[in-house]
Amino acid sequence: MSVNYYLYLSALLFTIGAVGVLVRRNAIVVFMCIELMLNAVNLSLVTFARINGNLDGQIIAFFVMVVAAAEVVIGLAIIMSIFRARRSASVDDANLLKY
Amino acid sequence: MTLQAAAGYAAATGTFKLTFLLVLLPALSAAVLLLGGKRTNPWGHLLGCAAPIAAFVIGLVELLAITGRDGGQSRQLDQHLFSWVPVAGFHVNANLLLDPLSLVFVLLITGVGSLIHIYSIGYMEHDPDRRRFFGQLNLFIAAMLLLVLADNYLLLYVGWEGVGLASYLLIGFWSYKPSAAVAAKKAFLVNRVGDLGLSLAIMLMFATFGTVSFTGVFAGAHSPAAHGGTLTAIGLLLLLGACGKSAQAPLQSWLLDAMEGPTPVSALIHAATMVTAGVYLVARSGAIFNASPDARLLVQIVGATTLVMGAIIGCAYDDIKKVLAASTMSQIGYMMLAVGIGPGVYAIGILHLLTHGFFKANMFLGAGSVMHAMNDEVNMRRYGGLRKVMPWTFVTFGFGYLAIIGMFPFAGFFSKDKIIEAALDKGGASGYLLGSIALAGAALTAFYMTRLMIMTFFGQRRWARDAHPHESPRVMLVPMVLLAAGSLLAGFLLILGGSLQHFLTPSVGTSVEVGAHTIAPLILSLLTLAVALGGAAAAWLLVGRKPVPVEQPLNVSKLTWAARRSLYGDALNETVFMRPGQYLARALVFFDGRGVDGAVNGLAALVGGSSARARRSQTGFARSYALSMLAGAVAVTAALLLVRVG
Amino acid sequence: MTGLEVLAAHGATTTHEAVVFWFLAPVAVAGALGLVLVRSAVHAAVLLAVVMLSLAAFYTTEAAPFLAVVQVVVYTGAVLMLFLFVLMLVGVDSTDSLVETLRGQRLAAVALGLGFAVLLVAAIAGAISGFHPKGVGGAEAGKGNVVAIAELLFSRYVFAFEATSALLITAGLGAMVLTHREPTTPRLTQKERMLERVARGGSGMAPLPGPGVYADHDAVDTPALLPDGSIAPTSVPEYLQVSAARPHVEDVERELEGP
Repeated sequence: MSVNYYLYLSALLFTIGAVGVLVRRNAIVVFMCIELMLNAVNLSLVTFARINGNLDGQIIAFFVMVVAAAEVVIGLAIIMSIFRARRSASVDDANLLKY
Repeated sequence: MTLQAAAGYAAATGTFKLTFLLVLLPALSAAVLLLGGKRTNPWGHLLGCAAPIAAFVIGLVELLAITGRDGGQSRQLDQHLFSWVPVAGFHVNANLLLDPLSLVFVLLITGVGSLIHIYSIGYMEHDPDRRRFFGQLNLFIAAMLLLVLADNYLLLYVGWEGVGLASYLLIGFWSYKPSAAVAAKKAFLVNRVGDLGLSLAIMLMFATFGTVSFTGVFAGAHSPAAHGGTLTAIGLLLLLGACGKSAQAPLQSWLLDAMEGPTPVSALIHAATMVTAGVYLVARSGAIFNASPDARLLVQIVGATTLVMGAIIGCAYDDIKKVLAASTMSQIGYMMLAVGIGPGVYAIGILHLLTHGFFKANMFLGAGSVMHAMNDEVNMRRYGGLRKVMPWTFVTFGFGYLAIIGMFPFAGFFSKDKIIEAALDKGGASGYLLGSIALAGAALTAFYMTRLMIMTFFGQRRWARDAHPHESPRVMLVPMVLLAAGSLLAGFLLILGGSLQHFLTPSVGTSVEVGAHTIAPLILSLLTLAVALGGAAAAWLLVGRKPVPVEQPLNVSKLTWAARRSLYGDALNETVFMRPGQYLARALVFFDGRGVDGAVNGLAALVGGSSARARRSQTGFARSYALSMLAGAVAVTAALLLVRVG
Repeated sequence: MTGLEVLAAHGATTTHEAVVFWFLAPVAVAGALGLVLVRSAVHAAVLLAVVMLSLAAFYTTEAAPFLAVVQVVVYTGAVLMLFLFVLMLVGVDSTDSLVETLRGQRLAAVALGLGFAVLLVAAIAGAISGFHPKGVGGAEAGKGNVVAIAELLFSRYVFAFEATSALLITAGLGAMVLTHREPTTPRLTQKERMLERVARGGSGMAPLPGPGVYADHDAVDTPALLPDGSIAPTSVPEYLQVSAARPHVEDVERELEGP
């Protein structure tokens, strides 16, 4: 088995996450899809570290996790406040910023 | 200072250093009167008169000084004022040239001008803007003096434009009258055409000779290197300039309308300043015209044409000032004819200019006096029988009348006779033609002037109901009397022993009798007198024997109709220049509106419209934006792959 | 260090690893697809947890035990719980309607996604097939994964590490600022609420009945019965009534009407 399969899997998960962002309207689910994309990238990074024989990829994956945690905190807070104001968690309802 | 004098002229010393005061005094007076405001009102007219009188005195002093120089001493004196345009390759000094020609003009301008100034004190007495009037008159005098005293064409051009400005201001003096405002604008615009000719001539001089000073240009015209075609071009452009200022065909149309100005202005324009500038220009540029027979021929043609045109127009008008204006056109035509005939005859043209200056100023002031008496009525059909009421005006006007029709021994006789003689002596068919035209002009002059006299001073009283004619005050009569004396004596004194011709020789060359006389001078003089008497008799027969109708008769010949419309000069201008100009302007407006604005506005509308459509893509849906982000990511990945594979 | 990890640390793949991969990869993909496809947000969260745990397993086989633990503890444990917590606040009934409102969005998303996947796979296949994985064993130099990462993190990446700490503090503050709300009306005291309830009258005078009076149902979503035998809806918490608890209420009603 080749390590390339990890990368294929990563690409597949990333794509699924991206499509999920595009088709789902519940802001929380959209957020989950974004997390899925981040996780897919992390898998790639770990695999790259293995291919290149150093730990930098793992370090970057670690930083991605930290940043993702911060992002989740802020993102969910935003979703909360939007929900409080509009009684809706649909990303389509927050569309005032337009022509 | 001695070194700065232009080559060929003697440096001004002693008395001649006063030359700059000639220009400075009227200019200063004008500045004081025009900038001083109301506080100069009480004494403004006195200062306005003092300036030209002082200049006249200086001119007389310099005349004595210049006649005192004889033998080896040059009579052309150059006064260096300052270096005006000190550019490498183009050096122009502000120099004043005092020579016999300019001195003659200085005396005419300041002398006749002073009399007109004095006359204006009475004429404009009740005008609230009398001070401004005097300021502008002084400006006129100053500009004209600068014109005739300049020693190079560029400085002459400054005076030339100053004259144009002053005439514009004075013709439109009563600018609250629309007709006056229009007349002033017309005079200015028509003069612009002539000014364009003069400015092009100056540029051509600089391009050809590398200088614009008189000495440099004349030396260049004499040198064998000068090209005939270029000289002819310069001559024709100068002629165009002269036509504009002197109201010669085809730029004559402004002169009749210029009568909208106050009568002293008309007198000043017609006698002392402005219209004489064209004749001066041609006479001063004699060296160029001497070298170009073609340009001379055109000057003759212009002169002869205007001579006849002016005379014909004069026969038809009922407006006393316009008749006089037409006669000015005609008489200037005589002068142009004379200076156009060329070498040796310039002095004759100047002679006629001087005598004309006297008798025309005389008659204009007389006409002003009549108008003053008749509540500013200008229609001669409303005059009649004024000789009893205004004896002084009648007598002085009569002197002018006899002078203009060339009656012996009045001034016009000597000068006009000489011109006809010179035209005939030119020889050949053209000589006969020009001579006959000049003779016919003399007959026409006699006709229309006699008509004017009869309609104004003789016959029944056809006055308006509220007219109470009276003799003018002394302040107006004295200048008229002095000018009448000039009308009587000027010609005789100036011709005596050929004094003027000899005096002018340094400036315009020797006056020579050209070849053999075609007709013996005595016979020709008698013939001229006979022709003039014939014209006067014809006028008596046609106008004097029966009562003059108060209304203009309508069943008249086509020629009279045409003459009443100034021989369609205005109609021609309208058809040839104004209407095509208007069409062009309209077309440009259309092009600007639809073409330029259309393109600009269309582009803006295109951008606006496409933006309005493009902004529809900003739906506000985050998912749509995310979709386009993914599309971009796909595109970038595809591009990277292509680059790697390629 | 297990034998599996040793092998992975040396870069080569083993049969064990292949077995783990081929077992868990379909699970992960299925979980991901489910995340996108299921209606309920709670189910989606659970499926995301499945994917994350699968990835944690992959991290262990790829000689990244530290990341595997972090994945489980931070991601699956903390982040995902945060998701569920917010879901609870927003409301578990916030299911998506599956009708797409943006025209062509779903089709375009799937088409672009497929194209992107193809491009990525093509890129990976073209770029990396020739390389032989080196493994991270050399980089760890026998100190073990956690120590090696710690050394790297506190030496070369120390500034980035400190920056992330600032980021985390800022994020926490931001979350508090975003969710904080000033009360617009004075808070009611217990006495005032009681007076209001009495004034309203009706059956609200007595305390609410407790749930779970049936012997075979003692969960909080089982409603109490009133003295007349009917169901007391107020005995079930509001959140449970709306969706998940409904069936139980209906069961009770059916039993009451039963034979």
